[in-house]
Amino acid sequence: MKVLVCISNVPDTTSKINFVENDTKFDSEGVQFIINPNDEFGLTRAIWLQQKQQAEVHVITVGEVSCEPVLRKCLAIGAQKAYRIDCPATDGNAVARELAAHCKNESYDLIIAGRESIDYNGGMVGGLLAALLGYDYVTNCIRLDIENSTATLSREIDGGIEHLEAPLPLVIGAQKGLVEEDDLIIPNMRGIMQARQKPLEVLPSANVTATTQIDRFEKPAPKGEVQLVDENDLDTLIELLHNEAKVI
Amino acid sequence: MAVLIFAETENRNYKKIAFEVASYGRALADQLGCALHAIAFNVDDAATLGTYGVEQVFHIDSPSLEPFTIQASGTAILEVAKAQGVHHLVLSSTANARYLAPWLSIHLEAAYASNVVALPESTAPLKVKRSCFTNKAFNYTTLSSDKSIIGVANNSYGTHEAPKTASVVPTEVALKTNSLKVTAVDAPTGQVSIADSDVVVSGGRGLKGPENWHLIEDLAATLGAATACSKPVSDMGWRPHSEHVGQTGKPVASNLYIAIGVSGAIQHLAGINASKVKVVINNDPEAPFFKAADYGVVGDAFTVVPNLIEKLKAFKAS
Ligand SMILES: Cc1cc2nc3c(=O)[nH]c(=O)nc-3n(C[C@H](O)[C@H](O)[C@H](O)COP(=O)(O)OP(=O)(O)OC[C@H]3O[C@@H](n4cnc5c(N)ncnc54)[C@H](O)[C@@H]3O)c2cc1C
Repeated sequence: MKVLVCISNVPDTTSKINFVENDTKFDSEGVQFIINPNDEFGLTRAIWLQQKQQAEVHVITVGEVSCEPVLRKCLAIGAQKAYRIDCPATDGNAVARELAAHCKNESYDLIIAGRESIDYNGGMVGGLLAALLGYDYVTNCIRLDIENSTATLSREIDGGIEHLEAPLPLVIGAQKGLVEEDDLIIPNMRGIMQARQKPLEVLPSANVTATTQIDRFEKPAPKGEVQLVDENDLDTLIELLHNEAKVI
Repeated sequence: MAVLIFAETENRNYKKIAFEVASYGRALADQLGCALHAIAFNVDDAATLGTYGVEQVFHIDSPSLEPFTIQASGTAILEVAKAQGVHHLVLSSTANARYLAPWLSIHLEAAYASNVVALPESTAPLKVKRSCFTNKAFNYTTLSSDKSIIGVANNSYGTHEAPKTASVVPTEVALKTNSLKVTAVDAPTGQVSIADSDVVVSGGRGLKGPENWHLIEDLAATLGAATACSKPVSDMGWRPHSEHVGQTGKPVASNLYIAIGVSGAIQHLAGINASKVKVVINNDPEAPFFKAADYGVVGDAFTVVPNLIEKLKAFKAS
């Protein structure tokens, strides 16, 4: 079984979000980049498939050379091979098309993307990739078992859980639940040393065209002060929620 | 030319979100100077969308569309969009809509923008405002394809009546067989889901243990609200994962979000910030949540919440 995990390189969740160059670019100055949390849940699940079902696990990212530390971390966690498609990741559609170009040559049985990235929150790369490849797709995936080329899965839906069955090849959108927080693998020294020897191949861009372009960013208007209500005067809170905020 | 919306349904009624998508679609159609059409599945009173400005509803009544699968629903929307020569398709941001949109984007050859929070700044080219960095910022995106799919962020536009008489066109589409099989759906009835709810009551580690969750549940029941929790609360198994909200959990975009014993960590706030009004109840006046909230009560949840429930009951009865 060959598994590919698509990795997005995102600012750490505590990063200050600022923009430069007339608000056209994210300010990465002093920002720590991490594996997108949803992708990390997916990677961990893939490593289990490697440990228990001898899966071969590759990771891939579309991005510039600055993404490589995150790929090395994936190798330290246990992936066998990493790819970086050498072009800036600006648009979900372009990223999916770049990934599809690679996947067409490699015939993966399972492709794991994150449900969404925590920076652009597009929530589209996995779905676009699946549609481009003509594979089935299950997002918000909170369970995955594979036996004899058939996957049994669960998908979190609004207000419930759906259980599915699908033949491989398959693309999933990973999120917490697929593995738990405590299952995440913290690379040890040996893993980190080994990762340095593992292949990290740089692939040329397939030069696909983006269909969307971000013109500029904007930060929300600063928030007004909180209105404090005394704990012995909760009628006032109800009054405010009813008459001022009009939410009850 | 017309704008087409996908109007989601549940138990043969429109979901509330369908009215927001219709309202957005109406305003977009007005910007473009064209008609507004909708596609809907398995609904009894399909014409009610007229209230929000829809002129024609393509209605497909078919058991093959339930339970939801991306292949069946996607094909149905695709065929109607193609037959009608649709250039602009508007969807919501429900789990199913976000699941469908990328599939439709490829098959319809349409550029897709998700998390759209406002009407386009311009329509030629189409420029939309989207939330990003989990609600910590916005971006303005230009769609450079002649067809587009807009995913409207839930509760970002609101519902606006614009009455029209909607004609209902019974429609049939040949649906492909599914390779993806839904084997079961667990959807507890009688519970309000976080995605659909106007009010969400959320509890954090400050509640000390699962045995105290009756406080959250009772307050939620009084308000007809959904219940939610912070990440550690679900990690410790006090509450199910489906209640975990925040950057790595479910997003919340309710009208009212009440956080009790939640400190307001940046990852928590990011996920709930799209809510319109935020209330915090916390015994630590320095808790970061007070900087993000509209209303706050500094106090012990174990006394404040029972009092609040009692007063709310009295308020509701009056
Ligand atoms: C990559 C990453 C992703 C994350 N994603 C999320 C996410 O999606 N969602 C999320 O929630 N967190 C997330 N976190 C975790 C986040 O950083 C916080 O640890 C978490 O939100 C804290 O949960 P809490 O507020 O329940 O607990 P605490 O931070 O422990 O806060 C408890 C609060 O309760 C108050 N309190 C205590 N006793 C009482 C009382 N009797 N009455 C009233 N108040 C009381 C305290 O003053 C305190 O403010 C993430 C972290 C990381 C690193």
